[in-house]
Amino acid sequence: MIAMLLAGGQGSRLGVLTATKAKPGVSFGGKYRIIDFPMSNCVNSGVDTVGVLTQYQPLQLNQHIGIGIPWDLDRRSGGVTILSPHIKAEQGEWFTGTANAIYQNISFIDKYNPEYVLILGGDHIYKMDYSAMLDFHKVNSADVTIAALQVPWEEAPRFGLMNVYDDQRIYEFEEKPPNPKSNLANMGIYIFKWDILRDALERDNRIHPDSDFGMHVLPMLLHDDARMFAYPFNDYWRDVGTIESYWEANMDLIKTVPDFNLYEEFNKIYTESDHQPPIFTGPNAVVQGAILSEGCEVLGQVTGSVLGPGVIVEEGASVKDSIIMEDCYIGRNSRLERCIVDAGCTVGDGVVIGCHGGGNVPNQLRPKIYYTGITVLGERTVVPDGMRIGQNCVIYGETYPSDYPDAVLNSGESIIRGQKTTEGGDEA
Amino acid sequence: MRAVGIILAGGGNERLADLTTYRTTSAMPVGSCYRAIDFPLSNMTNSGINKVAIITQHNSRSLHDHLSSPKWWDLGSKQGGMFVLSPYLAGNNSGWFKDTADSIYQNLTFLRRSKEEYVVISSGDCVYKMDFNDMITYHERKNADITIAYRRVPDSEDIRNYGVLELDEYERMTDLEEKPLDPQSDLASIGVYVISRTLLIELLETISREGRYNLVRDVFARYRKQKRIFGYKFDGYWRNLGSVSTYFDCNMDFLKRDIRALLTIEQPYIKTKPKDEPPAKFNGRAVISNCLVGSGAILDGNAYRSVIFRKVYTGENSQVRNSIVMEGTRIGEGCVVEYAILDKDVVLSPGANVIGTPDKPTILSKGSVK
Repeated sequence: MIAMLLAGGQGSRLGVLTATKAKPGVSFGGKYRIIDFPMSNCVNSGVDTVGVLTQYQPLQLNQHIGIGIPWDLDRRSGGVTILSPHIKAEQGEWFTGTANAIYQNISFIDKYNPEYVLILGGDHIYKMDYSAMLDFHKVNSADVTIAALQVPWEEAPRFGLMNVYDDQRIYEFEEKPPNPKSNLANMGIYIFKWDILRDALERDNRIHPDSDFGMHVLPMLLHDDARMFAYPFNDYWRDVGTIESYWEANMDLIKTVPDFNLYEEFNKIYTESDHQPPIFTGPNAVVQGAILSEGCEVLGQVTGSVLGPGVIVEEGASVKDSIIMEDCYIGRNSRLERCIVDAGCTVGDGVVIGCHGGGNVPNQLRPKIYYTGITVLGERTVVPDGMRIGQNCVIYGETYPSDYPDAVLNSGESIIRGQKTTEGGDEA
Repeated sequence: MRAVGIILAGGGNERLADLTTYRTTSAMPVGSCYRAIDFPLSNMTNSGINKVAIITQHNSRSLHDHLSSPKWWDLGSKQGGMFVLSPYLAGNNSGWFKDTADSIYQNLTFLRRSKEEYVVISSGDCVYKMDFNDMITYHERKNADITIAYRRVPDSEDIRNYGVLELDEYERMTDLEEKPLDPQSDLASIGVYVISRTLLIELLETISREGRYNLVRDVFARYRKQKRIFGYKFDGYWRNLGSVSTYFDCNMDFLKRDIRALLTIEQPYIKTKPKDEPPAKFNGRAVISNCLVGSGAILDGNAYRSVIFRKVYTGENSQVRNSIVMEGTRIGEGCVVEYAILDKDVVLSPGANVIGTPDKPTILSKGSVK
């Protein structure tokens, strides 16, 4: 079995966090990136050939995956291959849909000519043994097996659901039905017999130029009476597609007994981190209810937070209920509350973020993205000394005191400078 | 490439007591996530040396375990690479390495097959960061046959544990005495040497025929008049892990900001075998201050001025002070650990106390249960 990992999605509801990277490349849990979870699941399940399909802002993802060393995918046969959209005979062609992306890479899969193909998204936080799913697929002589999450009934209308017989065979798909007949949600994890999938992709792409698994290929196969089964999965699984769900899933990790256990000796999650220096807590440090990644230097106070590698929290600073990603610097006596600070940011001395007056006013530019009180700093943002910033704010790029009238950014306001290297970096 | 590297990592050490029952000094865990050999090995690759031999002998299992793949040090290449050389039985007089020079002599093929002009030799059990290119340039400028790196030893350290150099006004070595009773200078060799590859082969063949096997005594000291041997002053951070007190002090040095920055944060990085541990987890209301903490640790207890390695667990209301706690050790609720070195995988039952003194830290050996 080989795996095809769809990692091209933007994840636009993550706002400024995906300005310079695709959603699977967003940091999670301090030292990880979201894609580490399906990648590690692959190797922990004995899948040693993985094609990663990239499209939106692939640079960081490509650098992260490299030749696959962290996942032991640096192999002479198989291993990891990055599959980007490319120019064919006469014209270039983007991936226009999930199934279209696989269709455009049929020749890659054919090279390995596997019996089974595993299709994965790169957007979710979970641990899963795909080999058990494959066993289930074989026992049922299935053509297609779809991983199914049992969601609470009251939440079921938000999902793409599968209605099944007692033997888990699927007889119907329903997209976000108001009155669900089942609570089995499609997790976007599929095992196909390769010959069935190959044939379906070719047929569907003649009809739908934007061929999509959920919308086109799976309903077509069901209509053709293919043997399709739902593989029940009851463990931790989170979509981290919104600012709030992303923040919540990170906070799940800091509970005394976390819902999602990264500390097991088996089924570890691997990530690219060439340099893993120790963590230092200073003489006056207070670190409580927090997880800290390699190379953090905490001289101030960190509570209820997740810190990525190489974060420096200076003397007198306090970080509360926040996510601070790789290589950020939090200056002296600064106070951060309910923030997400992307990699490489510099927060000056005496800055207040997220706990300045103004209350929970939704963001004026993107009220549907930033409305839960969390203020977000995009990658490599610089906040000058002494600024006071409210809730649901977005700051992105190097900012100066002149950007902040009276040294204040009220709740719901934004400063978008973007990055000099990115043209029109206004993805907030 | 100007040089190949040789790291001498074969030695045993009685002065480290129970800490070296299961490992050689070069494999001593240090600074929360490193092993001693990471420092010389990273210095080699950071200096552009891409062909490094590591000579092992005494208690080598844990060292070999650590050196599981050359790729962790960027040595996984077809040109150059990492050569772990251990003693083996063969038809001739081989077998155990009789001493440092003999351990290189028995692996002379490594040097003969190389093309590089120089050999950089380093001991495997010292914590330091050094660019060997500067030393090679110095070696060339002095038109030296052999160059020995040295440092000035402060009064607080006992120089009689080291090889002591005497230099003339041009830095040329006039005398070298190993662990002298009556040292004539305050300049000590730090176990880092530069020598031309062909000269080293020639000298090793000569002394071997004479039944001499020690690099310092039989090569450097004995040839000090015939060959142009120079001292090269190194004034960066350097610690040998040769005794319990230097081992303890070296770990505590990592708590100082400048030393920690040099050894763990600043480029070029000291590389080590990755362990894929999750972020360290700080639970509850405990206070963990002035501590080095490794990834994968779960801390429910208090800690002060200590070096805590990866995957350590401390229970609620426990106190760890002025101690070194190695990987995988579990400290139960309410334990008190003070001036102690807890080796890997030690288990302290709830309420157990391990209390040493600043002069004599209590050592619990690997896997012990209290």
